[in-house]
Parts: sequence; C-alpha cells; structure tokens
Amino acid sequence: MSVSSSPVASVVEAHGLTKRYGRTMALDGLDLEVRRGEVFALLGANGAGKTTAVKIFLGLTSPTGGEARVLGLPLGDPLARRRVGYLPELFRYQGWLSGREVLRLHAELAGLPRERWSREIDAALALTDLRERADGRVSTFSKGMQQRLGLAVALLGRPELVILDEPSTALDPLGRHELRGTIRGLRDDGATVLLNSHQLSEVEQVCDRVAIIHRGRLLAVGALAELLSPGGVRLRATGMGDQATDGLSRFGELEQDGAWLVIRGAREEQIPAIVELVMHGGARVYGVELLHPSLEDRFRQLLEDA
Amino acid sequence: MGNVPGTWTVVRVTLREGLRRRLLLALGGLSLVAVLITAWGYAQLPNLPAGSSGPLTTPQIQLLASQLLILVMFMFGFVLALAAVFAAAPSVAGELESGEMLAVLARPVPRRSILIGKWLALAIVVVVYAVVATSLEYLAVGTTTGYLPPHPLDASLYLAGEGLVILALTMALSTRLSPVTAGIVAMLCFGLAWLGGVVGGIGSAFADPVTAQLGTVTRLLLPTDGLWRGAIFSLEPSAVVLAGNSAGPQFAAFPFYASAPPSLAYLGWSAAWVVGTLALAVVSFGRRDL
Repeated sequence: MSVSSSPVASVVEAHGLTKRYGRTMALDGLDLEVRRGEVFALLGANGAGKTTAVKIFLGLTSPTGGEARVLGLPLGDPLARRRVGYLPELFRYQGWLSGREVLRLHAELAGLPRERWSREIDAALALTDLRERADGRVSTFSKGMQQRLGLAVALLGRPELVILDEPSTALDPLGRHELRGTIRGLRDDGATVLLNSHQLSEVEQVCDRVAIIHRGRLLAVGALAELLSPGGVRLRATGMGDQATDGLSRFGELEQDGAWLVIRGAREEQIPAIVELVMHGGARVYGVELLHPSLEDRFRQLLEDA
Repeated sequence: MGNVPGTWTVVRVTLREGLRRRLLLALGGLSLVAVLITAWGYAQLPNLPAGSSGPLTTPQIQLLASQLLILVMFMFGFVLALAAVFAAAPSVAGELESGEMLAVLARPVPRRSILIGKWLALAIVVVVYAVVATSLEYLAVGTTTGYLPPHPLDASLYLAGEGLVILALTMALSTRLSPVTAGIVAMLCFGLAWLGGVVGGIGSAFADPVTAQLGTVTRLLLPTDGLWRGAIFSLEPSAVVLAGNSAGPQFAAFPFYASAPPSLAYLGWSAAWVVGTLALAVVSFGRRDL
C-alpha cells in the first residue's frame, strides 16, 4: 500500500484549524505541515489540543473552522484512511479476542488484500515484539502489552502515515527505548510519523521537526536544532558587584534564574575565565554548571511568553 | 445494508463477542431452565384439586395452559427486551467510553457500517432466541397438556419484532448517552409503552375516548406493546377470542387479552419505525465528535 499513493510533499496540511467545544477552544487557528518521510512531533502540555488535532486529521472529529488535508485528500476520506495507522491515546482493544485476532480484524477493516493478512500480521507482531503472546487473550495482557498491540495495529500493513498519540505512556524504560528504535525504523522505511507527546525526552530523541502547541495555537515549529535553546553556563555566587556582572555579559546574554545567574551561549572552555572574573570582583562562588542545549528550556520559555 | 464495506466484519465480530463473553450461553442456558420449570408446571395441571363440578376436563386444562402460556411468553418477551437493551446499550457508548472504538473508526469503514453491523448481529441473536426459546416452550406445553396455540410461529415472530424495536431504540440512544443511561431510558420506554397499552385498554373498556387514545398513541410512539398484543392474539385459542368478544368491551381492560391481531398497516408502521430509528441512529452517530 505504501507505493500506491501519489507522492504529495505534505502528508498533513492544516490551515487555520479551529475546534470549539462549547465555550472551550480546543484548537484556535492551528497551521501545520507535516512533510513526507519525517518524524514530526506535536509537543504540548496536557489539554494543549494535540489529541483534538490528530482526531480531526483522522476524521474522528470535525473541525469548527479552517481546513486540512491528509495525504492530499479531504478529511475523513476512506482512501486516506487506508494509508494511515493510528494508535489512540486512550487505547483499548477487544479483550475477548486474541492479539492476532485483533490484528486480523484491523487487516479486514483496513481493506488489506486477504492474501497479505498473515504476512502483515506477523510483521506487525515482530516489530512490536508481541509474537510470543500473540495468541493470548487481550484481556490477559498488561497495560504495556496492550500499548504494544496498539502500536502493532497502527503499523499493520505498513501505512504511509503513522499517527501515534502519546505512544509510550504505558511502556517501561526498555519498551520506550524499543519504541524509539521502531519509530526510526519507520522513517528509514519511508513512512511519515506524527507523534503527539508531552515528553520532551521522547521528542528530542527521535523527531526531525517539532511543533509546540499551547491552548490550541502553534507557538513554534521547526527542526529540533532550531528550537533548542542555546546552552550556557550557570553560576551561583554571592557578593557580585555591577562590574563583575558587566564583565560577564561579554560571555553571553545574562538571565537570572532564582539564585542562579545563567550566561546564555557561554561555552565550557570559558568556565575558568568566568570563575576568575567573578572571584576577582570579590564574590564567593558556590556552584558552576554547564547547561546543555535543551528543548525543555525553550518549551518553558515559550509557555511563559505565551 | 450488506454492501456497505465492513458491515459483515462487524456482524461476525459482534456475534463472536456474544459467544466469547458467554452472553449467548447464559441466555440459552437460563431460558432452557425456564422452559423445564414451566413444563413441570404444565404437567401439574391435571393434578389440580377437583372443583364442585368434578376433576378438570381436558378442554379446561388446555384453556388453563393457553393462559399460562401467554404469561410465560410475556416473561420471554421481557427477558428478550432486557437482553436486547443490555447488549445494545454499551455497544456504541461503552466502546466509545473505553476507547475500544477509536482505532476501529479510524479505519476506512463508514460509521454506519459499524452501527448497522452491530444491530444486525444483535438482531440475529434476538430472532434466533425468540424462535428457539418459544419453540421449546410450545414443545413443553404440547407434550405435557396436548395443547398447541393456534398461530405459534406468528407469536414467536411478534416477540422477535418486539425485540428488534427495542434494539433499534437502545442503539439510537447509545449513540449519544452513556451505556447506563441509554439502558435505563430504553427500559423505561418499554415499560411505559406496556403501561400505556394497559391504560388504553381500560379506556376502551369504559368507553373513555381520551384514555383509549393514550393506548393508541403509545403503541405508535413505541411499537413494542402493539406487537406484544399481536403475540397474545396468536396464542389465544379461538374459543377465548369468541368468549372475549361476546363478553363486550369490558374484556379489553384485561392486559393479557387481545381481541384482534395488529393491522397490516400497523405492522408496516412498526417496520418503518425500526428503519427510521436506525436511520436516526446512523445520523446521530455520524455527526458525533469523538
């Protein structure tokens, strides 16, 4: 199925998407573009509108305003749905079926040709490491195994677009590590992955581009490297005079963070010079730390600005 | 309906759910117990203490059996309605609440296929149950007393129709209400429709047109009671109908008596009611944001 499509550059495209539930604006004019072959993350706090956006892309919820296309097709188009795999945030599968039977049901509903069912099901089970338990009843699965099954359902038939809504909530650290490997593998196979997450570490480790959304609006979007806050050095000292502060500003932009003074952009090799300058001014130094570039800082900063 | 993609997939998986969750086993097993108990009851009829006019004659036993059979069938109709409500109320709302349906609805299958597939599967259960359980009951009454109702198959089908009506109603409610609420509302409607029919009968008996009208209105709003009356009529020996009709309108007040079968127009209305309610359910489900 992955070759049957016309190669549109944008796999998901949304313009001014709004969704209102009564008085609540779940989405407030969201613009978004997910490009073919990338791992794209929607990053935001709980309630930011990530799940609503994904449900609109899948045709499960209709937008109040704006427009969107998935795989170049209108929202909810069955032809697009054939080529999309989806792991919902709230996942649960028929407990009275076996894992393999759940996959067979989805193979049938997805319209996969019957002769490919068993091969595709085995492939999805292998990818999610569920082969040994595939014939057990889903009701006997742990939460983590159910999430793996959900992932297998989403990957069934090698869809062009895989939408994963908070895919690691029930996974243990090893499971998360494997999930990251699976996502990278999907990208290597040419699939596009749209990942919803509020876990920065997850996003940082696998995503090519990130959109940060807050209260239904896009705050920032870009390649991970563009979005990361610059690193720096932070320093905790007392008795620092204006002269010392002025001197530090040539190493980078200064920010006060509680008891710490952050020098944005300062590098590791500058630390001795920084400490020397501060001590020379008569201050007492209690701590010096190197800050790595991080998404978390940028994320916090964007939310504070918003 | 059948050519909508995914419908038969949903029918199959819903039936398998009924089997695996032992719904069908419980329904079948307990009904069998009920049939055996009633069979024992029918067999006791000849042993009733003799009255002033001597022991009961065979026609008297059969008359008693015919009235008892109507009561037993009322019980089966109630069980059928209850089972239909219990099975249908969570079928949409419950799966939406649990999240089971999200992954399914993201597939290239129209929502109407899912809804109609579920209804069809439960409709198969309702019809098969109605026919099998009532046939066993006829067998029980026939072998113990020699009595057979005049139109047994009609009575079974009327009961099945009653089940299909309540199934469609519950399914429609289930597209918007929580499983518990949908179930309670459906059962309440079922009860009210029966009560409306009884009150209407009293109205006819006392020639009060407004009260009599109430029965007609409730039978139109929810055709369960109208179809139940059809079942009663099919189970009544002609002697009872003759006696009832010659006894005058007062007999209409008796809730387990029907003087005439439902008209063809009424049966048409009932069928249209089911189709219309399902169509409403499809529209309601189709518009719902998940």
